[in-house]
Amino acid sequence: MSESTSDPILRIENVTKTYAGRSGLFGRAAPVQALKGVSLDVTRGQSFGLVGESGSGKTTLTRSILRLEEPTSGRILFEGQDMAKLSAKALRALRARVQIVFQDPYASLNPRMSVGQIVTEPMAIHHDLLRLSAAQQRERAAELLTLVGLGPQHLGRHPHEFSGGQRQRIGIARALASGPDLLLLDEPTSALDVSVQAQVLNLLIELQDRLGLTYFFISHDLAVVRYLCDRVALIHHGSLVEEGPTDRIFDAPQTDYARMLIGAAPELRVP
Amino acid sequence: MTDAVSVPPRPDRLARALFRFRQSRLSVIGAVMVAVVLLLAVFGPMIAPYPQDIAGAVSTAERFQPPSLAHPLGTNELGQDVLSLTLGGTRVSVLAGFGVVLIGAAIGTLVGAVAGYVGGWTDEALMRLTDLTLTIPGLILAMAIAAALGPGFQNMVLAISLSWWPGYARLVRGEVLAAREEVYVTAARALGAGPGRILFRHVLPNCVSPIIVKMSLDMGFAILTVAGLGFIGIGVRPPTPEWGTLLSTSRAYMPDYWWTAMGPGLAMFIAVFGFNLLGDGLRDSLDPKGRR
Repeated sequence: MSESTSDPILRIENVTKTYAGRSGLFGRAAPVQALKGVSLDVTRGQSFGLVGESGSGKTTLTRSILRLEEPTSGRILFEGQDMAKLSAKALRALRARVQIVFQDPYASLNPRMSVGQIVTEPMAIHHDLLRLSAAQQRERAAELLTLVGLGPQHLGRHPHEFSGGQRQRIGIARALASGPDLLLLDEPTSALDVSVQAQVLNLLIELQDRLGLTYFFISHDLAVVRYLCDRVALIHHGSLVEEGPTDRIFDAPQTDYARMLIGAAPELRVP
Repeated sequence: MTDAVSVPPRPDRLARALFRFRQSRLSVIGAVMVAVVLLLAVFGPMIAPYPQDIAGAVSTAERFQPPSLAHPLGTNELGQDVLSLTLGGTRVSVLAGFGVVLIGAAIGTLVGAVAGYVGGWTDEALMRLTDLTLTIPGLILAMAIAAALGPGFQNMVLAISLSWWPGYARLVRGEVLAAREEVYVTAARALGAGPGRILFRHVLPNCVSPIIVKMSLDMGFAILTVAGLGFIGIGVRPPTPEWGTLLSTSRAYMPDYWWTAMGPGLAMFIAVFGFNLLGDGLRDSLDPKGRR
């Protein structure tokens, strides 16, 4: 595990996000500060873990990285480029390189589309980038399904015919379809059975080795983070509490919050 | 990897819906009635005992004959066979009803989808327009349009459609508002999908069931409205037989020659009742949430 920060694939600089309070009948509610000056670097090829409780700002940060939301202030740089300053075309091209696997494998797949349609859609959207014919797209979809432990025979099926773990594999295949470098994993295993969790985690590790992916792993499951991640950041009420190499954070936490969080974990089992 | 082994394919969504549909006897009766009406709309003029009457033939010697074996539903003031006229009118009525529902649903879906998806001022403007259209009584608006454009089949369908779409606009807007917040829509946005692709590939396909249900429920009312326009004389022009027009002329000969109203009245009853039962059944099987 290298400590070098010379080549951050993703750099988050002092990002703040404030949601305006709703103005109702009895005046305006106080604005909510979801992120308060978060800064971090994600090194290429590493797994970066972001740990925080519900409402700590994890999701807001993910949505900001995907540019589904605009940060109120601060910059998010992908390979040194400020994402806010990209043209619409460049942003579209960038979306092929930053992808996400969602927490809920039941809600994140369109029930009306077949697995083949779901996995080929990124290739259709980024057709100008990937230049794959319909037949090539289908072939690549079959390859991707094989890569995630399913197979070409599943192309014509619909999501409801699959179990949670299988759906999550389809979600991973979709995320990989556009050939991304950075994969945001938004609690990809927390909606799965414990036995299936380990399989999906091992698949993710295997994929990282084979494809040289960078992971930005969001979780509240400390055991999973310790198992998978090289570096960890703890986020609490919208600000980073502690950040460092996984072993250091878990073995010698510096802050009270980190000690509390690690102490509160029922049992740090390693799958 | 136990989870990689595929589970046996469960019965498909459609098969399950069909199963639920067949569980209800009323739905099946409705479907049969609708099937009969649709078959008569296609083949009615061919199986009519007196096809020349549909074309407008008059035989004054046989006027106002009560129901008999030769004329099961009697004859009217022109000596035309009421059964043949009713059968001949099925096509016009069903086609007009179908046209109204189809055009209304198309306009409404477009307006509702754009309003729900774009939001903001567009939403406000489109929905206020919808509310405005809703405040105008449909039949009156249709009468005004038909009066302005002149009577005739196309104008009648167009006129009713223009007062028909607000219901669909409201329904679709609500469905789109719910569907656009789904995680798979966020996934498509994260992939870089444009608004057109998101709307037509992700949002609208997941709103289809309630639209189909509403269309089948509306068919009956649309047929009734078409007949209503015919009844007040701004629908299809005679001699083309149409249920509303037939009823309207027979009104003058009630109650002495009651059978002249029986044919078209009964046909309308069967069509409306059938489409309503079918719609209820479809709602229960396709869209169980929509049940009151």
